[in-house]
Amino acid sequence: SDNNIFHTTFFLSPFGETINLFFFSEAESRMSGSVDLSSYRDQHFKGSRTDQERLLRNSSTLYVGNLSFYTTEEQLYELFGRAGDVKRIVMGLDKFKKTPCGFCFVEYFTREDSEMCMRYINGTRLDDRIVRTDWDAGFIEGRQYGRGKSGGQVRDEYRTDYDSGRGGYGKIVQQKILPKIP
Amino acid sequence: MSRRKFDEMSDYDSGRDRKRRRTDAVEIEDRLESLIIRVGEKSTSSLESNLEGLASVLEADINNYKSKILKILSDCAVKMPEKTTIYTTLVGLLNAKNYNFGGEFVDMMARKLKEALKACMWKTARYVLRFFSDLVNCHVISTNSLLQLLHTFLDTARDDNSPQVRSDTYVYAVLSCLPWVGRELYEKKEQDLERLLKHIEIYVRKRSRKHVPGLRVWRSDRPHPQEEYLDCLWAQICKLRSDMWQEKHIARPYVAFDSILCEALQHNIPPLTLPPHHADNTYPFPWVVFRLFDYTDCPEGPVLPGAHSIERYLIEEHLHNIIKEYHLERKQCAAFLLDFPLKHKIPLEYMIVEVVLAELFHLPGPRYIEICYGSLLIELCKLQPATMPQVLAQAVELLFDRIDTMNVCCFDRFVNWFSYHLSNFQFKWSWDEWLEASQLDPMHPRAKFIIEVLQRAMRLSYRQRIAEVVPEQFDCFVPHKPEPIYKYANADASDIPGADAAHQLENVIRAKGTGNEVLQVLNELPNPLRENDETDPPYNPLQIQVFVQTLLHLGSKSFSHAFAGISKFLKVFESTVGSNEEAQILVLREMHEVWDHHQQMMVMLCDKFLRTQIVSCASVANWIFSKEMMPEFAKNYIWEIIHATIRKMNKHVGRLQREVSEAREHRTGNDSDDSSSEDEEQRPRPSEEEIERMEEKLEAAQADQKNLFLIIFQRFIMILSEHLVRFDTDGRDFNTHWYRWTIGRLHQIFMMHNTQVERYSQTLSTLLFTQDLDPHILDAFNQFVALRS
Repeated sequence: SDNNIFHTTFFLSPFGETINLFFFSEAESRMSGSVDLSSYRDQHFKGSRTDQERLLRNSSTLYVGNLSFYTTEEQLYELFGRAGDVKRIVMGLDKFKKTPCGFCFVEYFTREDSEMCMRYINGTRLDDRIVRTDWDAGFIEGRQYGRGKSGGQVRDEYRTDYDSGRGGYGKIVQQKILPKIP
Repeated sequence: MSRRKFDEMSDYDSGRDRKRRRTDAVEIEDRLESLIIRVGEKSTSSLESNLEGLASVLEADINNYKSKILKILSDCAVKMPEKTTIYTTLVGLLNAKNYNFGGEFVDMMARKLKEALKACMWKTARYVLRFFSDLVNCHVISTNSLLQLLHTFLDTARDDNSPQVRSDTYVYAVLSCLPWVGRELYEKKEQDLERLLKHIEIYVRKRSRKHVPGLRVWRSDRPHPQEEYLDCLWAQICKLRSDMWQEKHIARPYVAFDSILCEALQHNIPPLTLPPHHADNTYPFPWVVFRLFDYTDCPEGPVLPGAHSIERYLIEEHLHNIIKEYHLERKQCAAFLLDFPLKHKIPLEYMIVEVVLAELFHLPGPRYIEICYGSLLIELCKLQPATMPQVLAQAVELLFDRIDTMNVCCFDRFVNWFSYHLSNFQFKWSWDEWLEASQLDPMHPRAKFIIEVLQRAMRLSYRQRIAEVVPEQFDCFVPHKPEPIYKYANADASDIPGADAAHQLENVIRAKGTGNEVLQVLNELPNPLRENDETDPPYNPLQIQVFVQTLLHLGSKSFSHAFAGISKFLKVFESTVGSNEEAQILVLREMHEVWDHHQQMMVMLCDKFLRTQIVSCASVANWIFSKEMMPEFAKNYIWEIIHATIRKMNKHVGRLQREVSEAREHRTGNDSDDSSSEDEEQRPRPSEEEIERMEEKLEAAQADQKNLFLIIFQRFIMILSEHLVRFDTDGRDFNTHWYRWTIGRLHQIFMMHNTQVERYSQTLSTLLFTQDLDPHILDAFNQFVALRS
């Protein structure tokens, strides 16, 4: 398997002998740390990639995804409050309906607390769903709205599975399968 | 190549060759480091052949890279205590080939030890001592010089001018070496060993144990004794001694090389004088060993090592070290814990669960934040779904069984952890096993546990979910619907004073009115405190009632709504409440009336009120201890509020302290090396006046902090004394549920905030915790003091 790299070190002593030392080593640092940046970069970010990455590396704001539409601010405060004092939570809303559409921003007072969140809350469950947290460059007014054509998140436009916590089928699938009521 | 030859050659070489040789050197150093650090890891060759090979390689390069090799080895000795025997073997082999190298290594380690002791780095010192002990096994150090060093450590027991925690630390270091070198000392220096043990025995017997009751997770010793850590290790060493010092856990690679090693000449450890005790020194807190399981709890299979077996000690220490090493990466941590060497010889899941819970319940506080352990346990369940969840469930059953005598600090953590854990597993639990609890007094620990767990579970989901998940016998435990109670809802003027104004206010605020318009409405209200035209009451309670209830009613939809409303009308709060403490307490009282059924909302609102300085920390404390709040006193959310309030105060003081010291450093130009001269030009140096003002602010904050603790402790003393006197007069047993919760909460304040309370310890013992106080109450203070004595 990929992880088991047979690592061989040859050592040339000053006397010319070759001494072989074989070590069976894990792939070096393949596992990303829980605090590292993900590969996602916000396409709507105003500024250079370098700027964005600098902000991400210093940010105390996290994007939280895969929430149920029914998850409340109260639940979020309870869970995320366990990593540190929460400064504010901004619920992600459907652009048209202005109802929660399954994501939010959580801002902590300190970078340290937000790192705790990445280490211990990312990948655990809220409302029975595995939530995903990722670094965010900082909340700006307007970013609380979904960017999908139908008003929710883009991912809910294209997905094909049925998710009762996120409005059922994806929007495009819904339009195809469910007949319009005359 | 000798150094001289290198220099001669450089005269003839081109610069490029010199550069290449330097990078070659760095590359070789990195390679050496990698080889040394990784020896002992999984390999196709045996450990012995790797050690042999590595020793040859290092020995060949000792002349060129000696200081680097010394440094790497001494770092590994201390940073990888689980590989002690591997590195001692390596050093042993090197010493056998090169006596001088061995001597330099010993000297370097002796220096390391001295520095560690001076800097109060006790773990490092302990690991150096252990390394020295094992070097005896490798014929690098003479037994006599080790014994001398051990006796030096034990001499601290005779020093009466230093706190017990100091000699404890030194004696503990000595005891923790014996598993490695006990057998060797027994074979070669039996009498000396006995003498050493006799000294330790005398010390252990005469030590004070005042600190123990405050550090126990359970008050009771049933079914497993909760032993003080030094007592426990002493018992384990005694058992090891009775087993002729044969222990089965430590791998000893040097045994295979005995024929080579026994030919080597030994060194003496340079004599060491211990740095004397300083008032500024910090020593590790004592602790009580957490025992949840014994061998009968584990199913058929490998046997759980007994509580007094040295294996239990060694394995637990190793597991704790894995958590320490990987606590920042929970997936790796879980993987390494489950990949424990020798895992087939022990009931690994049980030992892991016990060690993780030991850290979670550790007193005065857990080493890492609580959710670290919660998420680690979830990871462990993911990796081992066939066994971990069951072991954890068994642990919960045992904890619930013994919850009657559980320390309040640990009770809270148990509630918080269990509700969080359930929320990751759809709240599925065998609630039916606990049905009897519904028959108990709600203040009984078992009933209270379920009540508080369901409260927390509700916060993580929603009320209906919880109501459906529990059996109907637990309906009495299900929390209220978290809805507001607005007293002006259906009232008109004749019913309740202020109702009209409240409705008017609703309209003003809904129409996006300003603070001034709000004040206009409020100023119409009469003041019930005004007896005649002469008096000028400091505030109008009716105004506050109407304003607070209406505002919170309008902002009842969510936290954000409530916060927005409060922020918008800060000026109104300033006008109607200001800094008058009674007025501030009234705000809190009205908030409580509205949100009595939504504990989480009350916690959030108190936080908001403090941040916006609508209320002061002292007001919150006085409100909590007021007569009106006594029915709520035992509920967990009350203590959530108190601890959050204290923490906020502590953070505030901490922030101001940092600002002052940074400003001072900036002024005297002693900035850290990071700041470039450019930065300093941009940031003007703070003037002496500015710094003085900052220091004044800091002093004021510290006075507030002291005042807060005084208020809290004084109130505790008052209500506890009153309770004791009342029950004594009535001839009843004072040890009621209420009493135990309350004294437990007092203890919790000391534990959770012990660093800050320590600052005011003198004042507390002079003003409040005096000798004439009831011994039960004074005891809480004494246990706190004993942590550092």
